[in-house]
Amino acid sequence: MTVFVIRRFMQSIAVLAVTAVIVFIGIYAIGDPAEMLIAPDASPAERAQVIASLGLDKPLWEQFFTFVWNALHGDLGRSFVFNRPSISLIFERLPATLELTLVGLFIALVIGIPLGLLSGLKPNSATDEVIMTGSIFGFSLPSFWQGMMLIMIFSVWLGWLPSTGRGQMGEFLGIHSSLFTLDGLTHLILPAINLSLFKLSLVIRLTRTGVRETMPLDFVKFARAKGLSERRIVFVHVFKNILIPLITVIGLELGSMLAFAVVTETIFAWPGIGKLLIDSIMRLDRPVVVAYLLVIVSLFIFINFVVDVLYSLVDPRVRLGEAS
Amino acid sequence: MTPVLEVKNLSTHFMTRRGILKAVDDVSFTVGEREIVGLVGESGSGKSITGFSILGLVDPPGRVVAGQILFNGDDLLKMPPAAMRTIRGKRIAMIFQDPMMTLNPVLSVGTQMIETVQAHDSVSRAEARQRSRDALGLVGIPSPEERLDSYPHQFSGGMRQRVAIAIALLHRPDLIIADEPTTALDVTIQSQILFEIKRLAGEFGMALIWISHDLGVVAALADRIMVMYAGRVVEAGQVDGVLTEPRHPYTSGLLSAVPAAVPRGEPLRPIPGFAPSPLSRPSGCAFRDRCARATEICATEPMLEIAAGREFRCFHPHVGRAA
Repeated sequence: MTVFVIRRFMQSIAVLAVTAVIVFIGIYAIGDPAEMLIAPDASPAERAQVIASLGLDKPLWEQFFTFVWNALHGDLGRSFVFNRPSISLIFERLPATLELTLVGLFIALVIGIPLGLLSGLKPNSATDEVIMTGSIFGFSLPSFWQGMMLIMIFSVWLGWLPSTGRGQMGEFLGIHSSLFTLDGLTHLILPAINLSLFKLSLVIRLTRTGVRETMPLDFVKFARAKGLSERRIVFVHVFKNILIPLITVIGLELGSMLAFAVVTETIFAWPGIGKLLIDSIMRLDRPVVVAYLLVIVSLFIFINFVVDVLYSLVDPRVRLGEAS
Repeated sequence: MTPVLEVKNLSTHFMTRRGILKAVDDVSFTVGEREIVGLVGESGSGKSITGFSILGLVDPPGRVVAGQILFNGDDLLKMPPAAMRTIRGKRIAMIFQDPMMTLNPVLSVGTQMIETVQAHDSVSRAEARQRSRDALGLVGIPSPEERLDSYPHQFSGGMRQRVAIAIALLHRPDLIIADEPTTALDVTIQSQILFEIKRLAGEFGMALIWISHDLGVVAALADRIMVMYAGRVVEAGQVDGVLTEPRHPYTSGLLSAVPAAVPRGEPLRPIPGFAPSPLSRPSGCAFRDRCARATEICATEPMLEIAAGREFRCFHPHVGRAA
């Protein structure tokens, strides 16, 4: 396990380094932020002074090494637009996105797994058909359209739920979250559902497939021959086997949900990092974009690590740290 | 001998899209107390489905369509599912063919044993663990206490089959159905497992149905033998009688195809042709297309003849010792 953690840590450093290079060069190629930042009527002297102060007059390699040097000292640069450390901008917005994503994932799992089990245990029944048809909608209707429909139905027609913003925050055990106030919750429901619908369909299908693949296996029949109750067979014998693919996919999806909550955040004006990223790309705010991507990559690495550890807990055949 | 199990006119059919597949067709037999019955046949002859039918474990689209399965006098086919569950694993246990597949890979051996104890007896976890450990010791697994916490992949195939046997023994059932339990194992391990099961069945007075395609195994083990072909029992009787004086041409065909049973120097004689597709079995005797003795009358259904403790379905039985 220790070997595994150390090796994984080294790999992570390498991944971060490569990402930094690619992102830095990529964002450099997109355009010159000076054009966006400096007023059109500024004099050439003023222009030169702003460019020099941002370090944009130096060659790419020098800018990159300055960035790396500062990054190693914990400084990912200051936002050109806000003139504040970009990392603090991101960490200000990250909790909102995390909250949205985790609640979305929670909804997808809590609803998706039971529906998938229901479907898989009675394949081709009416229930199964209804659930599967529903999941096709979840898969194929675009997320932005689903979001607008949710607003239309629940905010405009029914007027039950607010359509924009994060609402009031509460505090519980030192954590600030809109989960702890009624106002916050009502603001959270629609965007969380919007974000979860696609994953919900995925979870339903994964669970259903898992059940259908596992049920005919010999060990299920053997469990029946032992006289176990159907409940124990489904919830212990079959479910624990389904968890393996489920954890894999959910782990990957959690990362992509965090990184690409952009659409939902834009529709519901949710003040998360997805929206910050889009705004920063528009304004060519290089330090924020680079810092954002590095944070997301770190999150991905962390989630993958957690998934690997969960694996070894669920599947005894997986032993972390064994040389392959 | 009072029979533990009495199967009467059992038919198990599979309703497939291409027609009705008669996997088990009008099969009757009894298993006496402490008796070991060998159920022999090639792949697809319906021997495994017969075993699963007894436990009520035939998967759809299969269904037991007719017959009676009397276990200590009660008809298992009329039993409600909840009552049937108290029989499975408790009074009738089953051992499967492939020990690599019968144990759940993500649950420890201890968990899989303890749950079997607790499914039928309301005992504490500690006591269930104790009983599981004793059962592992009984089947010859070294250091059973530690092995309870191991997972199936940490056992070899032979050891896994021992675990499966230990699970089957947990409740000292009246009857064990063993579905080719040695087929997937090495020859040396086979004979160990064989010996072990025979010893334990004798020790605890259990009846045993041993399903196999291996005549040699059955000869070494069984008291009585039933030969199945295309869903039907074609011959049944005491092991010695059936193996030395087979009546049915299929049985004698099987015997001349067994290397150990043929005298040294004589060629093996495989049975020509293939077993008929279960979806399109010929009328009458299903074996007649492969049978050297077949005549026109074989196109009609041969009745089960019972003579001198022997049963067979054939118009032209062999008489005397095996050819």
